[in-house]
Amino acid sequence: MERNSQLHRQVALMRQSLFDQGYLDEQFVQLEELQDDANPNFVEEVVTLYYRDSARLIASIEQALDKSPLDFNKLDSYMHQFKGSSSSIGGRKVKAECAQFREYCRAGNGEG
Amino acid sequence: MGMAAAESRFHVLAVDDNIIDRKLIERLLKTSSYQVTTVDSGSKALEFLGLHEDDRSNSGSPSILTNNHHQELEVNLIITDYCMPGMTGYDLLKKIKESSSLRDIPVVIMSSENVPARISRCLEEGAEEFFLKPVRKSDLNRLRPHVMKAVSKDQKQEKHEEEEEEEKQEEKEIKSQKHQEQQQQQHQQQLSPRPSGNSKRKAMEENLSPDRTRPRYSDIAAVV
Repeated sequence: MERNSQLHRQVALMRQSLFDQGYLDEQFVQLEELQDDANPNFVEEVVTLYYRDSARLIASIEQALDKSPLDFNKLDSYMHQFKGSSSSIGGRKVKAECAQFREYCRAGNGEG
Repeated sequence: MGMAAAESRFHVLAVDDNIIDRKLIERLLKTSSYQVTTVDSGSKALEFLGLHEDDRSNSGSPSILTNNHHQELEVNLIITDYCMPGMTGYDLLKKIKESSSLRDIPVVIMSSENVPARISRCLEEGAEEFFLKPVRKSDLNRLRPHVMKAVSKDQKQEKHEEEEEEEKQEEKEIKSQKHQEQQQQQHQQQLSPRPSGNSKRKAMEENLSPDRTRPRYSDIAAVV
């Protein structure tokens, strides 16, 4: 029982630091609130989906980055999807990075 | 047939190309006690709505996409993402409003981008609401009034039709019963005047009015 509550506390701390460091935002809390006894694994399911989907997107993005000249429209479109997903799960930092990336796309800034 | 599925459970069709958003909107809607079907494109949405139309006229059509229920499902609201490849949410909205069978279904648009021109264009085209993503539970409260309005309009129409039919039926029954009653009244008077006979008649007459004519029919037979 002791171990259990210790682990719980650790998890709680980790969770809090993700918020503090700006990795997660309020939207993540919304997800947590959608979880209940009838749907106990909702957050886990969504996050798992997110990782799988993001991995796919990132692979596509990397491929696109290897091409030359760069297809900024395509990249922007991938980023739009990535940003959307990240925003929906409360991935604040990733969302910000995506936004930045898109700025570069729009400016045609390949270096960025 | 085609009535709002029993216990005021409304059915929402959610359209979004993003899998995370689909999962999220599905959970949100279910939490608010809606029945949900999700599709990942505008064309699939139209397919669902089009095939679904056939469901009503001839049951027993093949199950479609995510919908595995084999019951009469009406779509009471459509919520769709704006930015989708191929057919955008706006295109879908237009197609729905152009269809005589679908145009009464309330449509809500969602978007991650806050573009005023986009919002007003959608509202002008007939969208009921425009939600900014990510959609939250509190946003869903804004859906209720639109769903209720559309459903009550349907119910009023159906009720009107039903009532008309019922009235016709009742008129027929009342006529035939009155005829029978008259015959029996004459018969009773011939036998012996009974005080209870009057009250019985009163009771029968009272019950003839609203809708419970059928049980009385058997009672009259018992009197004889």
